[in-house]
Amino acid sequence: MPKNTSIRSVLIIGSGPIVIGQACEFDYSGSQAVRSLKEEGIEVILINSNPATIMTDPAMADAVYLKPLEKKYIVEILEKHDIDAVLPTMGGQTALNLAIDCEKAGIWEKYGVKIIGVDIHAVETTEDREKFRLCMKALGAHVCEGRTATSFLEGKKIAQEIGFPLVIRPSYTLGGTGGAFVNHPEDFNEALKNGLTASPIHEVLVEQSIMGWKEFELELLRDSIGNVIIICTIENFDPMGIHTGDSITVAPAMTLSDKQYQTMRNLAIKCMNGIGQFAGGCNIQFAMHPETEEIIVIEINPRVSRSSALASKATGYPIAKIAAKLALGYNLDELQNQITGSTSAYFEPTIDYVIVKVPRWNFDKFKGADVSLGLQMKAVGEAMGIGRNFQEALQKACQSLENRRNGLGADGKELNDQQKILYSLEHPSSDRVFHIKDAFRLGISFKTIKKLTQIDDWFLHQIEDLVFFEKKLQSHSIDTIPAEILSEAKKKGYADRQIAHLLRCLESQVHQKRISFGIKRVFKLVDTCAAEFEAKTPYYYSTFDTHLSQSTNFTEAQLNESNQKSNKKKVIVLGSGPNRIGQGIEFDYSCVHGVLAAKEAGYETIMINCNPETVSTDFDIADKLYFEPIFWEHIYDIIQHEKPEGVIVQLGGQTALKLAEKLDRYGIKIIGTTFKSLDLAEDRGRFSSLLKELDIPYPQFGSVKTAEEALVLAKDLGFPLLVRPSYVLGGQSMKIVLNEEELEEHVVKVLNDLPENNILLDHFLDKAIEAEADAICDGEDVYVIGIMEHIEPAGIHSGDSNAMLPPFSLSPLLIEQIEVYTRKIALALNTVGLINIQFAIKNNKVYIIEANPRASRTVPFICKAYQEPYIKAATKVMLGDKKVKDFTFEPIKKGYAIKIPVFSFNKFPNVNKELGPEMKSTGEAIYFIENLQDEYFQQLHNDRNLYLSM
Amino acid sequence: MKPNTALLLEDGSFFLGHSIGKIGTTTGELCFNTGMTGYQEIYTDPSYFGQIIINTVAHVGNYGTIAEDNESKQVQIAGMVCNQFSTNYSRPQATHSLQQYFENAQLVGISGIDTRALVQHIRNKGSMNAIISSETIHKEALAEQLAKTPNMKGLELASKVSTTESYLLGDEATAKYRIAVLDLGIKRNILLNFVERGAVCKVFPAQTSFEEMKKWQPNGFFISNGPGDPAPMDYATQTVKTILDANLPLFGICLGHQILAQAVGVNTFKMHNGHRGLNHPVKNIITGRCEITSQNHGFGVVREDIERNTQVEITHLNLNDGSIEGIRIRNKKAFSVQYHPESSPGPHDSRYLFDDFMAML
Repeated sequence: MPKNTSIRSVLIIGSGPIVIGQACEFDYSGSQAVRSLKEEGIEVILINSNPATIMTDPAMADAVYLKPLEKKYIVEILEKHDIDAVLPTMGGQTALNLAIDCEKAGIWEKYGVKIIGVDIHAVETTEDREKFRLCMKALGAHVCEGRTATSFLEGKKIAQEIGFPLVIRPSYTLGGTGGAFVNHPEDFNEALKNGLTASPIHEVLVEQSIMGWKEFELELLRDSIGNVIIICTIENFDPMGIHTGDSITVAPAMTLSDKQYQTMRNLAIKCMNGIGQFAGGCNIQFAMHPETEEIIVIEINPRVSRSSALASKATGYPIAKIAAKLALGYNLDELQNQITGSTSAYFEPTIDYVIVKVPRWNFDKFKGADVSLGLQMKAVGEAMGIGRNFQEALQKACQSLENRRNGLGADGKELNDQQKILYSLEHPSSDRVFHIKDAFRLGISFKTIKKLTQIDDWFLHQIEDLVFFEKKLQSHSIDTIPAEILSEAKKKGYADRQIAHLLRCLESQVHQKRISFGIKRVFKLVDTCAAEFEAKTPYYYSTFDTHLSQSTNFTEAQLNESNQKSNKKKVIVLGSGPNRIGQGIEFDYSCVHGVLAAKEAGYETIMINCNPETVSTDFDIADKLYFEPIFWEHIYDIIQHEKPEGVIVQLGGQTALKLAEKLDRYGIKIIGTTFKSLDLAEDRGRFSSLLKELDIPYPQFGSVKTAEEALVLAKDLGFPLLVRPSYVLGGQSMKIVLNEEELEEHVVKVLNDLPENNILLDHFLDKAIEAEADAICDGEDVYVIGIMEHIEPAGIHSGDSNAMLPPFSLSPLLIEQIEVYTRKIALALNTVGLINIQFAIKNNKVYIIEANPRASRTVPFICKAYQEPYIKAATKVMLGDKKVKDFTFEPIKKGYAIKIPVFSFNKFPNVNKELGPEMKSTGEAIYFIENLQDEYFQQLHNDRNLYLSM
Repeated sequence: MKPNTALLLEDGSFFLGHSIGKIGTTTGELCFNTGMTGYQEIYTDPSYFGQIIINTVAHVGNYGTIAEDNESKQVQIAGMVCNQFSTNYSRPQATHSLQQYFENAQLVGISGIDTRALVQHIRNKGSMNAIISSETIHKEALAEQLAKTPNMKGLELASKVSTTESYLLGDEATAKYRIAVLDLGIKRNILLNFVERGAVCKVFPAQTSFEEMKKWQPNGFFISNGPGDPAPMDYATQTVKTILDANLPLFGICLGHQILAQAVGVNTFKMHNGHRGLNHPVKNIITGRCEITSQNHGFGVVREDIERNTQVEITHLNLNDGSIEGIRIRNKKAFSVQYHPESSPGPHDSRYLFDDFMAML
């Protein structure tokens, strides 16, 4: 069936602020959906309160509402626009829940809006555990034994019937919030209470536990005439018992025979058809008993998801884009495979590489949190590695984590305590995969490791093999190592740095050696079809498949699919890596804008990133996408291959910025602000001297290396003091201390966590007002984009404060002072591009807290509030394509925009919720008010002193 | 590990890798299969007789081997090429590793090959003969031996893999239908699909005549899949003609489809590099529905011939390249598909075709 012509305008609901369990994957799917519908000439209206998203860019939809995801705003939109249909499947569970609310309130019916992309009954069936169970049973699909309880007594009764082990799953919660495994009857009461409280309708499912079963996910697409395809099968490395968002996952499925897989495929299609006849995407999770091979349906999500984003990046198949077209009535066979550009969209991708996704946790931010992994998702982000084998993909994913390791072990940071390792294998937390390798290295038996982890033998053998291989490698030195073994190491994904550690030599020696052997990275294409057809989309990953010249007579051009020839000047944009607290979607937003601006300026753009959830890793954003770790070796090899004019590091947050020093050392041009200036801004001593020269006040400070020195310095500076290590992200390990005792304790702790780091002590300006300014500078002129005033007093990390654009309490004189200082500093630092400066205002005096010559978390917010593409302008300035004076900005300044931080504390029940200089929020929302009489603002303002902890 | 095995292609392309299976030397037509599951079914499919298979999936052997996954009595491929070969497997039900299985089958293979570069090469140049050897990696010696390997075009291979004696599958006493199967290299799962639907099959050697089969009083005839070029197979084409003349129900799969086409005067041709995989999109133009199909063929039927032929109606088309995937003969109870609806390995979307055939009987 061709397009349904009765649909001319569509409302897309976004997913709101980033929280654990619902992250930037929905910006990716939402952006794809908007573009996909626009291609069809549909008028697209969008609602999302998350300002740091590409989907809410004015250039995307026809009308964008940066409003809270609530019924009343939906009504407001429907009053204003004549909307034919709503597509609620692109914004996660938040959007589906809002769509259900509106349905129940009769809103869609009243305004004649059709729901597309899903069937509302299907959502109810999949979310209501009891309905789901009955529906699956009717289809002949096995589900876990269990029943729902709406009261404590009822729950107890069910538990008695089923017996232990049990699992408790609350209805209608995100990422499994409030769920728990209960192995012993004595733990049951508390778990049941928690579950009932977590569910908004106070309903839980008490169910048979299938811990240790193998876990799989299938991503399906169906069109309106019932054609169904499976885009990807994802196998969990971690068996049942760990939320899939917290599991290491692998595609394609590694351990399924064809008969097992086809049984699962048939079941998946039956289940999708069984919950409702809608055209769109669907994710189905299965558990399989490792011995009996019995298959159980775990859950169904009738929408795009984190896994569908992963599946899209893993296969190249743009699920959300196609799902949006299917919602309009197209059939799959009427659409084209956009990667090959020549074959049909009705097909099932086949891949000739392996992807491994490793979650990224941020437990260091949630002191006191239960760090064990279970039913409730706790990861804040994820990284994906692509390799020609599982080991390479796993190593690459680990190299992408930025966890101060160089991949999976082989870095001198291994755990050697047998008891701790055994505990970690049985009680999984963020580093279990590292400890599995440590266990093999220590000689703990395969049988024990298997028993404790219940991970499939094949995966365990892969890790065991790495340990065997390392032993073989270590019997050589850098001088004696044969080419075959070095080549094998690279094929297994080892970084030069890891090999150097094992061979007891320098990274540069390993690099030299392998180049002398002709062992070079080659780049291969993600093409959906295992090279069966020619593909046109430049989406690459690196590998070491065939590189030894004597092992084939194929030419390099035959082995390397990335053709580096180009008539245009090239520029590389370094991405921001996996999401973390303080390193979130804002930086992906900036990277995407950087790429688009460089394209407009006539450059061939090259994106490097390893975060599968993002818009930046969509294959049609940059001219070329390298899905690679933001890890020196990979970046350097891409630079060697592409020979770009330079590299943009100031858009990808700390992840990208951290590489500036090495780029500079290797003589690679950094586009915009030079490394010297970046370094000057980071170096407190030199930066303060600069401020002194400029006659700009700053809080008294000093730098120390020991607790002893800290106590001496504290006498000069006076308490309270702000203590922090230099070069960290999102205020990591920052603390305000009030006395010597606290000071000593914190300094010792920081030195323990981050040995040999410099520690900075600042006199803390108690009860000061905090403000920050963002600006663009070309070295000659400075344009101040905006100034935001924090509602809470100084001391709470800027990412965790409510902030107002423009300032609400600062006098014109102070604002002018801030602008003058911003200009002075930007010029003094020779900034070319963006700069963010943080101020503290006390007793009508403006102090500089810090300056960051790079894209900040707040720039995207200001872009949205003022509706001006500042990052694009800044990128053109960086490239030297434009000067600041070439731009005439016309920001829309109406009332105020409040930046509201959003936290995910509900995932960590025992964590201290007080705020301080260390950032804890996972996302943000934008809220516009007309004037200061606004009730919401008044409330925030009244409560401003409640949260700061000291 | 030092490379110890060589792969040489007809055009001189040369790769070194590691030995898998038996130590030895083998030749055959090099072609690739893009399926991500079902290696054992592929290796035992008689349609692959005489071919060296490149598995494009990154790892092969992960779940071992198990007797019930065999599609025929033995391994039929001539050799195997892959990137990563798993010596360990994890499936508790499996009885042998793929290495043991290959050793038992005396199969020669090579791993550690950049299969992607190789596939791109054959994609551009077309399928060609190749030699794998773990006995010598001396290029000239291998080239000499490779030159003796016959070209697949014009090669009749069905009679080499067909059963020599006829046999029964299913219960003759209780079966509702009797299907005479002309075995040109049949896969076990095709027969099982008939038996599951209440039929008994009698499987006849490739060169059996219509009269011979008719003696068994079948309700319908099935012409199986198989290896090689259909063009020289006059014996089978003749048999199908007589079945059509008798106006009896007939169903053909793959090579059987090509034979049916030849029986009504449609020519076949050798494809550039064939279709081999589990994800080929096919549209049923009668119902408008689509199916993901399992395919394995290096020859096809000529589309122009079919469009000119008034006896033939197109029922299925390939959505990627528009090639003919299914036909039926007007005013006859005969139809056939180029792909494998029994799909072992592969998705089960097309098994309705077995129901369609049973409905004709």
